[in-house]
Amino acid sequence: MKRNRIVAGLAFTAAVAVVLTGCSSSSTAGSGSTADTKAATATSAADLGGMDALVKAANAEGKLNVITLPPSWANYGKIIAGFEKKYPGIKITSANPNGSSADEVAAAKSLKGQSTAPDVFDLGTAVLSQNTDLLAPYKVSNWADIPTDFKDASGKWFYDYTGLMSIGYDSSVIKTAPTSVSDLLSSEYKNKVAIKGDPTQANEAASAVYLAALGTGGSASNIQPGIDFFKDLKSKGNFISTLPTQATVNSGETPVVIQWSYNNLAWGSAGGSAGNPNWKTVVLPGTALGSYYNQAINKDAPHPAAARLWEEYLYTPEVQNLYLASGAYPATLSAMQKAGTVDSATLKTVGEPPSDFVQLTSDQAASAAKLLTAGWAKAVN
Amino acid sequence: MTTHSTTDSLTRAPRSSVSSAAAGAGATSARSGRRRRPSVAWLGFTPFAAYVVLFLAIPAVIAVASGFFTADGVFTFANLKALQDPTIVKAFQGSFVVSISSALLGAVIGALVCFALLGTRADGLLRTAIDSAASVLAQFGGIMLAFAFIATIGFQGFVTLWLKTTFGLDLNANGALLYSVPGLVIPYTYFEVPLMVLTFMPAMEGLKATWGEAAATLGATRFHYWTRIAMPVLAPAFWGSVLLLFANAFSSFATAAALLSQGGIVPLTIKQQLTSETVVGVSNTAGVLALGMLVVMVVVMGAYSLLQRRAARWQR
Repeated sequence: MKRNRIVAGLAFTAAVAVVLTGCSSSSTAGSGSTADTKAATATSAADLGGMDALVKAANAEGKLNVITLPPSWANYGKIIAGFEKKYPGIKITSANPNGSSADEVAAAKSLKGQSTAPDVFDLGTAVLSQNTDLLAPYKVSNWADIPTDFKDASGKWFYDYTGLMSIGYDSSVIKTAPTSVSDLLSSEYKNKVAIKGDPTQANEAASAVYLAALGTGGSASNIQPGIDFFKDLKSKGNFISTLPTQATVNSGETPVVIQWSYNNLAWGSAGGSAGNPNWKTVVLPGTALGSYYNQAINKDAPHPAAARLWEEYLYTPEVQNLYLASGAYPATLSAMQKAGTVDSATLKTVGEPPSDFVQLTSDQAASAAKLLTAGWAKAVN
Repeated sequence: MTTHSTTDSLTRAPRSSVSSAAAGAGATSARSGRRRRPSVAWLGFTPFAAYVVLFLAIPAVIAVASGFFTADGVFTFANLKALQDPTIVKAFQGSFVVSISSALLGAVIGALVCFALLGTRADGLLRTAIDSAASVLAQFGGIMLAFAFIATIGFQGFVTLWLKTTFGLDLNANGALLYSVPGLVIPYTYFEVPLMVLTFMPAMEGLKATWGEAAATLGATRFHYWTRIAMPVLAPAFWGSVLLLFANAFSSFATAAALLSQGGIVPLTIKQQLTSETVVGVSNTAGVLALGMLVVMVVVMGAYSLLQRRAARWQR
């Protein structure tokens, strides 16, 4: 018996050894494409000898890894397809489309040095400010078109697009459009109001709380009234903790959803046959709430040239107009309006951007996070 | 977005664990007298050992160990404070309430099914059919199960709508029936019942007809037989199954994740800590929560093996 145990132990150890050596050898093999280090340090297309040289280097890499870009989010489906059409030599791998900004950072850290690591990020501000050491500085050709306070001076990150927090509702169920967040407290909304996840987890859900705060006497610096509003909504039986998706909207399971305008619009008639024709989007009058997402390049991008080409592509007027068509306001919008490159028909349907809207600074977001951590679960569970 | 939790399937016991434990014990005692030469047959164990180490031991150690470091990689006990956080205490409470209620409900219903099945022929069509159905349904969890319940008793579920139009009865009149922590008991019980049938049926089958005959000879009624003989004999196996069902529910993730977006149970809280994009720098707290779950699981599984040993006494 004892002998048997020793042999079993040996078998175990042997197994571990075999497996671990297997791991280490495969991870060194995985680092693969060591393109040219020049692209990895280029801070502009000019550094590489102009756009043609960048396209050539990117084509030589032949691949691009993007992460957490859902096809129905801000038109990313069309944007990705457009890139593959424009640069047929580069194949895009889109990982974890429904993940969060934190997932992007986790993937970059755990896949570091491997050919499957993400090349580019699309990050919310709170996660971004914690992880600037992961980012490579780069300035796109039309860098000057991005307003100064929309970008990092060194080029590590730059705003890409923002929506406005909006209320989407099924007009076959809710007959009159809501005109303030307080409207949601009426009995007409019983078991109907949903947000996009847990505010202590998802930026979009947290923004619904911020919107409620702005509508009920709070401010960007004090979002407590927003938490209290949802507590009230929950106690009235109006708040539901179902995660809304295009499917739950189409089936009528979640007839009212507070989320970014570009997502509400994409789920309505703008979504074509997949959309719900009764789905209407309201940006409430009064102070609007936005939150720009940030573009950034992974410092350890396995395809550094393709990553840079992707950024160049995103800031071309054609893609900025695609953001706009989804209802999101692109970062270079005002420069495009001046230059006349904006798709004016689209702008008319989406509506002019409000002259000013509230956007939480990273300090405000941090103090909001503290309040949410302390109070959210108590308010809705 | 969510994957089927691996622990869901890990806690599911193999078919007839009770009788195999008994058989194993017998085999060991028969062999222990003889000295056997170590053979290469042990090498056959290597792939499984590798699997266990790689996919169970190492991840478990890493997950728990991560709870003892700060985001910058410095060793700390500070994360343990999370276990006092009211939100997290509430999540543990939620997990306990859901797991205990669904385990007890599943165990009682499952035991009744087993009792009813005893009256059928052991090799008959009905027994075989229910047996295979139980094997399949015990694995029917995750997103699919959540969807099935949404389509049945969700806000637009067909049962919900039918009750509303036919009887004017609103299932969700007092808040959402399905999309709440207590509401999880409904889908959980769904996969607990067949699991109970799988784990408890062998114990039921182990009841020897001769005991009943002996009792009858001595003048006992059927009621006496069940309350004085069968139930005490079955008790360890029954409670063992309850523990197993508890562990199964406690570690379930995907069904809950598909129904609840606001947390409320521990696995969802762990996900929140790991992937949050609003509250940053708390991912190491997830390790502490994993430690908490692990402690609960070790206690439950320890109690389970004790009960199994008692249960096995009657089946030699």
